[in-house]
Amino acid sequence: MSLFKLTLKDLQGKFIRGEISAVEIVRSYLLRLTQVEPKIKAYVTLRDKESLLTQAGAIDQSLRGWRKTQPLMAMPLAIKDNICTKGLRTTCSSRILDEFVPPYDATVMARLNTHQPLILGKTNLDEFAMGSSTEHSAYGPSRNPWNQKYIPGGSSGGSAAAVAADECVAALGSDTGGSIRQPAACCGVVGLKPTYGRVSRYGLVAFASSLDQIGPITKTVTDAAMLLNVIAGHDLLDSTSSRQDVPDFTKALKKRDVKKLVIGVPQEYFAEGLDSEVNGKVQEAIRTLQDLGGTIKEISLPFTEKAIATYYLIATAEASSNLARYDGVKFGLRAKESKELAEMYRQTRSQGFGPEVKRRIMLGTYALSAGYYEAYYAKAQAVRTLIQQDFSDAFQNVDVLVSPVMPTPAFPLGERLEDPLQMYLSDVYTIPSSLAGIPAISIPCGFSTMGLPIGVQIMGRPFDELIVLRVAHAYEQATTWHTKRPVIRS
Amino acid sequence: MTYEAVIGVEVHAQLQTQTKLFCACSTSFGLPANTQVCPTCLGLPGSLPVLNQRAVELAIRAGLALQCELAPSNQFSRKNYFYPDLPKGYQISQYDLPICGLGWLDVSVNGSAKRVRIRRAHLEEDAGKNLHEDQKDGSGVDLNRAGTPLLEIVTEPDLHSSDEVDAYLKALRELLVYLGVCDGNMEQGSFRCEPNVSIRPIGETRLGTKVELKNINSFRYAREAVEFEIRRQQEIVEEGGTLRQETRLWDVHKGQTAVMRSKEEAHDYRYFPDPDLLPVQLDDAWIKDLSGTIPELPGAKLDRFVREFGLPEYDAKILTESKELADYFEACVQAFPQPKTVSNWVMGELLRELNQQGLGADASPISPERLVELLRLVEDGTVSLKVARDLFPELYASGEEPAQLVKRKGLVQLSDDAQLGDIVETVLAKHPAQVEQYRGGKETVLGYLVGQVMKASGGKANPGKVNALLKSKLSA
Repeated sequence: MSLFKLTLKDLQGKFIRGEISAVEIVRSYLLRLTQVEPKIKAYVTLRDKESLLTQAGAIDQSLRGWRKTQPLMAMPLAIKDNICTKGLRTTCSSRILDEFVPPYDATVMARLNTHQPLILGKTNLDEFAMGSSTEHSAYGPSRNPWNQKYIPGGSSGGSAAAVAADECVAALGSDTGGSIRQPAACCGVVGLKPTYGRVSRYGLVAFASSLDQIGPITKTVTDAAMLLNVIAGHDLLDSTSSRQDVPDFTKALKKRDVKKLVIGVPQEYFAEGLDSEVNGKVQEAIRTLQDLGGTIKEISLPFTEKAIATYYLIATAEASSNLARYDGVKFGLRAKESKELAEMYRQTRSQGFGPEVKRRIMLGTYALSAGYYEAYYAKAQAVRTLIQQDFSDAFQNVDVLVSPVMPTPAFPLGERLEDPLQMYLSDVYTIPSSLAGIPAISIPCGFSTMGLPIGVQIMGRPFDELIVLRVAHAYEQATTWHTKRPVIRS
Repeated sequence: MTYEAVIGVEVHAQLQTQTKLFCACSTSFGLPANTQVCPTCLGLPGSLPVLNQRAVELAIRAGLALQCELAPSNQFSRKNYFYPDLPKGYQISQYDLPICGLGWLDVSVNGSAKRVRIRRAHLEEDAGKNLHEDQKDGSGVDLNRAGTPLLEIVTEPDLHSSDEVDAYLKALRELLVYLGVCDGNMEQGSFRCEPNVSIRPIGETRLGTKVELKNINSFRYAREAVEFEIRRQQEIVEEGGTLRQETRLWDVHKGQTAVMRSKEEAHDYRYFPDPDLLPVQLDDAWIKDLSGTIPELPGAKLDRFVREFGLPEYDAKILTESKELADYFEACVQAFPQPKTVSNWVMGELLRELNQQGLGADASPISPERLVELLRLVEDGTVSLKVARDLFPELYASGEEPAQLVKRKGLVQLSDDAQLGDIVETVLAKHPAQVEQYRGGKETVLGYLVGQVMKASGGKANPGKVNALLKSKLSA
């Protein structure tokens, strides 16, 4: 069997037991990348082959005597290209950062690197993580491995496609309004957005600081728990990272049922706009959870319909400020022709940013402007509190919430590019939990008649990733969706 | 019509921390460009701010000393604007929830007391510096200063003249330096002031159109700029013109203010709470701890020096102008409890030397102990006051023990009656004419004879004793 087909847990097992070497892992993945990457275009930057082989050789060498390994040692990982990697180009899929090589590692990278994983490269995204399809990447879209005419979802579409196409064993993505979960659903893999504050944001290039969160995209729930174990925890460099204890998330996976758990089904997530095939698959998933011993309870989250408007005020306002630093002065692109300062700013930002980023900067600038702040940004913050209250009320009565991830399966490339509102609607089910800061996971629950994957979302209480993982794992073990892999014809 | 000026002042005081407000970079001044920087103060993508606790403590200290209401929960906001010296495209500052609210500072203006109300004081980060000279191609930016912690202290419009502005600025600077909150160095920009000046007819209660003055880096310029601006505004109004709300720069060379930008060009800073930083919570125990560390403040110390030591207010004012000098004085008085004598020496001999070298009292080469030793030598008659004063510069420079120096130089005062008697006899023998005059009733000639004895003794004779001896011999 080819090594690249293995899950993280299985690959790790073989490596720890000494059945395979790091060099063999690299060779297997290099071959896979050669075959598949030209079609999928999951990566913006691939690590140089020689340096990967050298690193793998050194790992093997170091294990010659006492085979002292670490959980992620020699595991081939892909990193979303908005996470800073020291010495490795980090573009955010934007022209403005085309040549940006960070002089420092994000905290998640520093934590991963203590395990000596093999970082294969940096994956594609919608520019600055703004989008739901990777079509807003300056390097062109990534493809859905199940059907290359379709979007892989976004913004972490490169990471999700890379995992689905066996171009890495696991990946990191980032989620602001669904950017881990939605592409995971589109590509038929697992994507976990941890609680806001669970994982350090230091080194994650900011889109919307009060929403951004790094999380794993993997082949199985177990793999997600393994990755989360390494990246979670308080960081002195991120004031918003939580001091909550970090449990061993793989402990959540011992129980294979959901007995005694109350599973809430929010009615607002099954209303108008939901594709019937998606609805059918998610309803099936709910029945499976019932069969596994869960008590199903219909509930209401009345402020759900306000979530998208709220999100597009808060996220764009923060983005307009976060992206002000790309001014051509210190790093990144600088327009060459300009003679004076204001023109240099204008030219640099006009040339450097794509249309979606510009749209959001303008929206956010407007929302924060004198005379509009109260009506827009301040009001949105007030509604955000109500949405959070919705969830905390619901969690008085239920242990988790189950819903679709996305109203439809993946849509064809180009279909919604000219219609931003339609594009924004693909995050309607993931945005509320982002605004509430709660943990949520997307796992595969079936396929459309077109053969495209469909995902189900499980949301939990703040810092209760354990229960989210437990329910997801129980469901996964009772079904076979996660074992399906796309056939990518060469 | 007569007008009154209405002035409020904003002061940016650099907090005396080792490291910047949101990262661990050094705040040292004058190092090579862009050597005190890290991803956070460079504003690199993905970097995040972490608040410096020490800066918060210093802000609380200042707030306590200014009698401000401290906000139990205060917040950082982003002030958004583009400028090359601003690495993130926004400055992290405080907006609607500053750390210090209403307070006041009592100052003395030409001898009368005045209370200046403080509107607020808030924490913010400094920007970097654009470099236009010695650049090969275009301009450069030095970000060493970017992220340095500042406390912006804003008064109510309570001031009405350049004298009042001057008194407030000096009192505030003295207070902050006393507290160890700010080093007060105006040339290096550690203490910067921006007066807002408006005028209105006397009797009018509404405020006039205000003009904000920038680029003032000394007390003198503050005074000159405010005076110029009041005159300028009066002239415009008197000629029937209208004032414009604007920011004006003080031009040192021309001695004038000139428009920098008008209200219409003012930025919309689009303030909003910084999502990268949590609200700052001040708990009572912390504030109580810090209030225990507030030293006696200049005003209170001045009052005490007058009350406790019986010093004239003039002396007390000079002695309390710096904490170091006041401490020096008190150390001397403790060992030598004659406050006025000590004050004369400290204000006279000591300050003259210190000022010449530009030193603070804490750096004085002569310690309070040594000075007291010298005072004791005068008191017990070992040396004359004149000799002591003459010796001071040498003692100051060498730090030698006064008794030893006096002995080495053979300057011990001659007080032995027998020895003095011999000298007096000799002098009288040499000046029969003056002796006659004295005995004939012209007593003023005594001074001349004392002088001759002093001269004959090489300046060492105890003048009191000489006087007494002469009198008794002449009347014998």
